[in-house]
Amino acid sequence: MTEKHHTAHHGKKEAEADKEWEPKIVGFLCNWCSYAGADLCGVSRFQYPTNIRLVRVMCSTRVSPHIVLDVLEAGADGILVGGCHLNDCHYMTGNYHTEKRVNLMKRLLREAGIEEGRLRLEWVSASEGEKFSKVVTEFTEEIQKLGPSKVHTDDMVKAKVAAADDASETFRLKALVGKEFNLLSKGNAYGDTVDPEKLTGIIDVATEEEFERALILELARIRPMSVKQLGMVMEVPTDRVLRHIVLLRQNSMIAMEHPEGFTPLYKTIEIGGEQ
Amino acid sequence: MPENTSTEKEKPRIGVFICHCGSNIGGFVDVKAVTEYASTLPDVAYATDNLYTCAEDGLNNIKDSIKEHNLDRVVVSSCTPRTHAPLFQRTCEAAGVNKYMFTFVNIREHCSWVHMKEKEKATQKAKDLVRMGIARARFLEPQEETKVDVTPTALVVGGGVSGMTAALSLANMKFPVHLVEKDQELGGFVKNLHGLMMTTKSANETIKPLIDKVNAHKNITQHLNSHVASVEGFIGNYDVSIGGDGAEAKEVKVGTIIVATGAVPLVPEGLFGYKEHPNVITSTEFEELCNKKELPKLKSVAFIQCVGARGQTVSYCSRICCNVAIKSAMNIAENRDNMLGVTEEKAAETGEVVEEPTAEKKAEEEGSERRRRRRGRGRRDEDEGGEEAAAPSSGVEVTVFNRDVMAYGVEHELEFNKAREKRVKFIRYLPDNLPKVSVKDGKLEVGYFHETLKMERTMPVDLVILSTPLVAQPDAATLSQLLKVPLGQDGFFQEAHVKLRPVDFATDGVYVCGACRGPADITEAVSQAAAAASRAVIPLANGFVQAEALTSRIDEAKCSGCGTCVEACPYSALRKNEEGVTEVIAAACKGCGCCGATCPENAITMTHYTDQQLLAEAKAALEEV
Repeated sequence: MTEKHHTAHHGKKEAEADKEWEPKIVGFLCNWCSYAGADLCGVSRFQYPTNIRLVRVMCSTRVSPHIVLDVLEAGADGILVGGCHLNDCHYMTGNYHTEKRVNLMKRLLREAGIEEGRLRLEWVSASEGEKFSKVVTEFTEEIQKLGPSKVHTDDMVKAKVAAADDASETFRLKALVGKEFNLLSKGNAYGDTVDPEKLTGIIDVATEEEFERALILELARIRPMSVKQLGMVMEVPTDRVLRHIVLLRQNSMIAMEHPEGFTPLYKTIEIGGEQ
Repeated sequence: MPENTSTEKEKPRIGVFICHCGSNIGGFVDVKAVTEYASTLPDVAYATDNLYTCAEDGLNNIKDSIKEHNLDRVVVSSCTPRTHAPLFQRTCEAAGVNKYMFTFVNIREHCSWVHMKEKEKATQKAKDLVRMGIARARFLEPQEETKVDVTPTALVVGGGVSGMTAALSLANMKFPVHLVEKDQELGGFVKNLHGLMMTTKSANETIKPLIDKVNAHKNITQHLNSHVASVEGFIGNYDVSIGGDGAEAKEVKVGTIIVATGAVPLVPEGLFGYKEHPNVITSTEFEELCNKKELPKLKSVAFIQCVGARGQTVSYCSRICCNVAIKSAMNIAENRDNMLGVTEEKAAETGEVVEEPTAEKKAEEEGSERRRRRRGRGRRDEDEGGEEAAAPSSGVEVTVFNRDVMAYGVEHELEFNKAREKRVKFIRYLPDNLPKVSVKDGKLEVGYFHETLKMERTMPVDLVILSTPLVAQPDAATLSQLLKVPLGQDGFFQEAHVKLRPVDFATDGVYVCGACRGPADITEAVSQAAAAASRAVIPLANGFVQAEALTSRIDEAKCSGCGTCVEACPYSALRKNEEGVTEVIAAACKGCGCCGATCPENAITMTHYTDQQLLAEAKAALEEV
């Protein structure tokens, strides 16, 4: 709650101090539908705000969570992902996977304390030029309202977004989300149907755990920290932190360092031994 | 930042060409300022603006500049890559720069045309977009497109009308065809039918010339009593194993495959007294009885349409059943070829009159027909209970209970009109108030709610014919898995695009036609088959397929063989090799990038759309200038 107050206050101050602030929005559009829709929008001269910068991909399914989270970490105020309408994907099922990936991104944004509204998924067909201008106009206004991303001003949020990015690259989350669409539409390898709610629950738990572990690694990378310190900074119960630490140590991802009296400190092991 | 690692190789030499597009861009963006800005960016060896980059002097400017400034990559900032990328890529190639070393920046559709009243901001955006394109260009790598040879032989699965037509089309184009039929003879579903619409010939007579041609064609190898047992490979290079009853499997090599396995009629278990009374039969069984001349003696026949279709057992409309019912109803009404088996002998026994209407009766019939026409043809509901309905010429009352009659198209609607003129009754029912078939005193009867009269009525009948929809072959799923092509929700094979690619599968090299794609009549099956053959012959005639360079690449050292990507790929372009790691079938890969974003080990790189390239482009948008 306090964090919210802080942001609102901060956002206001920022707006007063810097009236020139213009949101920076990056859009990833699939070549066949939404990029073509954006083209038609231009051909039809539908106008929209100048804030968005578009990146073309062949299919929205290409937009991995890592790409979006990395760009948010780099300071984007908003990300638009555009694909073909469901069942109209040029690559048949690509956008179904996009949907699942965007769900994961939103879960991770929640964990990181970034407003979910900063990420928007839209289906725009090649014939929906006007819709494209409306989508961009609305989204730009929404980002205007949200103000600058906290990544610019809050180091903890930045660390959390970095942790979200790392979490999105873990085997567990990638495998779960990579299989999610087929598990739901075709069932599992044994031909059993999968309960969507149960699967969502599994992914929710995995997201939370992987995010917390990634955040521990992110924080303990900067300086060695104790379980208690980590628990306080992360606002996670210490027993939970400890369990993460045990697992991270088993996987040689974190090492005990400079015990202060009876309190052990932990430091992230950099892969390849680099600093 | 890892973005600055281009030093290992030679420093990139980027040429930037910024287009005014007349005043289309120049009128709303300060192109000179953008060009000047571009020339200050790292790795840019040359930047210039053109009035029309796509005009001949613009293209020559690119070619000359590549040579003059020793450029190794080119950024064109103008309109949309969707229309102009191939042109500029060819220009690059002509000057010795690999076409994958080219980046397109869209400052017209995505900038000048959508920000027409904000020149300053539009100019700033154009600068950002150009900077993004240059950032991407730094990480481009030359790619080669590989050619894959094609075995100039086709496989057609299914020896019905569509399969035979497809096989014949291919064979006539001089390509060897393997035709696989699970039955012991050709002809498919149609061979069991009696009559066909709009032809006086029987079904067998109609398709006999087709069968004869297939039998006589030297390019067609028939595999009867056979099925496809296994399929390995990809477009141009399939190894197919054809299994037979007890026989040893035959191995054939083919370049393309056409699926023409047809459909089967739904068996209406538990519907409308089917199987409870011998005289409740399906329309397919009716055809068989007609062929065998084993129809029971008929005075009154009822067809019930949409049995199990349109939201009952299946969700869809089978399309053909209305026309089949109209055809059969007319045949009964006319006693075509004496199908009712009314012999003079029999007639004498039963006191029936063998038709040859008297002149008097004919005149009477015509008179009432004229009256009818005057009343308007649009009336679909029966005027039962109106004036005396003159019986059809066979003397058999024919009633078609329907939800609505789908006699689409020019000919079918005319047949529908003719049927009504023949006194075939069309009685409408609503899906929430179905007709009921019951037996009273050993006699069949149909109870129904008359929607016009708004009352319950009963009609004694001798035969109830249930028009059931065509449904997918029970083994369609097996074949779909062998060929790695999808089935739709109703179990029919699903084409690549419902409108634009109706006979292709999304997987290159496999095509579909006929009723296995959804209910189709003979006319449609034949056109689809010819279409599928004309699609399947393209790779065969070319002799090769060009594999796109936009494919995924797998780092075998990182791959753990988890198979997540193999499941996710919509084109079956990934497979596990003997070492248990995944490999890409370049000829089958479409470059969507699904596997790349999925791979839990981050072992997959998307050629030309790498993480590095996309992140460099996107992050360049955020730089403060």
